[in-house]
Amino acid sequence: MSKEALVEVKNLQTYFYTEEGVVKAVDGVDYEIYPGETLGIVGESGCGKSVTSLSIMRLVESPPGKIEGGEINFQGKDLTKLSEKEMRKIRGNDISMIFQEPMTSLNPVYTVGDQIIEAIMLHKGVKRKEARQQAIEMLQKVGIPLPEQRVDEYPHQLSGGMRQRVMIAMALSCDPQLLIADEPTTALDVTIQAQILELMNSLKESYGMAIMMITHDLGVIAEVSDRVAVMYAGKVVEYTDVDSLFEDPKHPYTWGLMNSIPKLDKDVERLEAIPGSVPSPLNFPEGCKFNTRCPLAEGKCFTDEPELIDAEAGHKVRCWRYKDLEEIKARGERIYADQGVKE
Amino acid sequence: MEKVKKEKEKKYLSNRAKIWRRYKKHKLGMFGGLVVLLLLVLSIFAPFFSPYDYTKPNYEGAYMPPQPLNFKDETGKFNLIPFTYGIKQGMDPETWARTFEINPEQKYKLKFMIRGWDYELFGIFKSNLHLFGVEKGGSFHPFGTDKLGRDIFSRIIFGSRISIFIAFFGSLLSAVIGSLVGGISGYFSGKTDLFIQRIIEMFQLFPQLPLMMALSAAIPTTWPPILIFIGIVVVLSLIQWTFLAREVRAIVLSYREQEFVKAAQALGANHLYIIIRHVIPNCLSHIIVVMTLTIPSLILAESTLSYLGLGIQPPMVSWGVLLQEASNIQTIGQHPWIMIPGAFIFFTVLSINFFGDGVRDALDPKSN
Repeated sequence: MSKEALVEVKNLQTYFYTEEGVVKAVDGVDYEIYPGETLGIVGESGCGKSVTSLSIMRLVESPPGKIEGGEINFQGKDLTKLSEKEMRKIRGNDISMIFQEPMTSLNPVYTVGDQIIEAIMLHKGVKRKEARQQAIEMLQKVGIPLPEQRVDEYPHQLSGGMRQRVMIAMALSCDPQLLIADEPTTALDVTIQAQILELMNSLKESYGMAIMMITHDLGVIAEVSDRVAVMYAGKVVEYTDVDSLFEDPKHPYTWGLMNSIPKLDKDVERLEAIPGSVPSPLNFPEGCKFNTRCPLAEGKCFTDEPELIDAEAGHKVRCWRYKDLEEIKARGERIYADQGVKE
Repeated sequence: MEKVKKEKEKKYLSNRAKIWRRYKKHKLGMFGGLVVLLLLVLSIFAPFFSPYDYTKPNYEGAYMPPQPLNFKDETGKFNLIPFTYGIKQGMDPETWARTFEINPEQKYKLKFMIRGWDYELFGIFKSNLHLFGVEKGGSFHPFGTDKLGRDIFSRIIFGSRISIFIAFFGSLLSAVIGSLVGGISGYFSGKTDLFIQRIIEMFQLFPQLPLMMALSAAIPTTWPPILIFIGIVVVLSLIQWTFLAREVRAIVLSYREQEFVKAAQALGANHLYIIIRHVIPNCLSHIIVVMTLTIPSLILAESTLSYLGLGIQPPMVSWGVLLQEASNIQTIGQHPWIMIPGAFIFFTVLSINFFGDGVRDALDPKSN
């Protein structure tokens, strides 16, 4: 990608100061988002993917949270250094966000129209009547049937998918350049998921905006992302474009994730699983943070933290032994406990 | 499409209809609501319902006991239209106590929509029409008269105006202050919350009555009546807002975690806007309930203040002012009817409480 990045996150560190100690939820994360592309951020619960997005919006609750270091460059400004007032202008206008839970992300006491109108009036300074017209148009664009009627309905009268569409309409009502979607489809059933993702893809194209898609679902990543950052324990462990990630995962964690998905073309009696769970952020292990669960961990992995290095052009990985993993893959072996594969 | 819409309306009750249906089920609440409505009408159209001017003394008829309406005259004949007898004031030569003798020769029929004393309703409409009264020359004091011969019934009706409206505005003002402070406290939580809650505790730690007395003693008695009225409202709400603030804070604490608050932030709304536009409207049903239940305690508080001579000042009347006259045992012993305003306070407080209970049950979706 030769284009200039829309958002450039450099060595972002967001810590939470709790009574038990400092939680380094995001600890040195780098990535870029280019105009018009979708960056997927994937990882399991508690790996810091939501906190990164909230850090970009500067919505990390403070206290206890605090952005301790790093830069978030957006249109020549470092978002970490802006005042709250300047930040408010950016939220909604330039960067919008949609949330996981469409059931609660709309205010139950106002009609959906009111809420979109409110957003439009807040940012565009247009009159109520005009804002209402725009709101109806937006509802139409996100594929809500009978928008003239729906605009006067309350959130509880809409289904989950409809509500998520309304949320998208609200987020897009001010033509943002970046849309942060924090697990937008997690609470929806599979068919609705597909519809919403398709909608987001088509809107991305017609609006020319960038999307930051946060999810734990690799299927979603495969469907919408151009590039992917895999996060583990507050760090990016693999960062590449979506095709090479799925074809050639270089980090043992990513590989484990891939193998834990059922595949249509392989008959597997039991799926592979990565043993254990994410270590507590209060006491991360020394060295590579994945070493407690990594079957390849040895020597250096327990003492020194690997850097995010270029394994190939445009394919970064944070692992000491990615080359060994290549060989294992080439031999067709599996690294996670063998559990009887039938070909 | 029209058909679809109609079908929908048939199937679902709107939220308002549901609330109304639940409220109707609450018998005591229904009763309380009706009494409250009646009191409101009485106090708003006070001069129309008062047979006498509440400020006009009648030295001929001081401390007159309640006059009954008679249907049967002394011969036992039944009259369809009730009447009162003429009354002559006398004095017991031995005890010097006032006596009132009935004069069976004079009969005055009760009449509705009668022309009487002149008044201005809301300061605009001039009229002299009254709901009831007796024929010229006679008198009808259903609750008797006070020491200056003023009609107690009329005074109670005018007193309800002040008592109820002070309580209503007082609870409205305390609702505004309380929900704003409670909203801020709950929304920001953390240190802000800690600070505000400690301040609220300081307010609540003070013994209420002395605080109230001290504050209202600061209102100059030379102020015009309307300013005194406002002053009392402010004093009462300064005492009451803390309870509502606590309540609102507790609810806001749960709402602030909802994603729509985050969503509003993500859309660039500022905190105060979110509190006022998004968080407080969600607590509105709670606020309404607490407000309704605050009114009776404010009626009592106002009566207490006025009874002690620190609230509403004569010639304005409130129920507390009326009870002030019943503050010594001799007067009560001789003229027990001047305690009737107390009964009004009792029933009003009771019915508003019933009403508040009904509203609470109706607004609580879980009580279905």
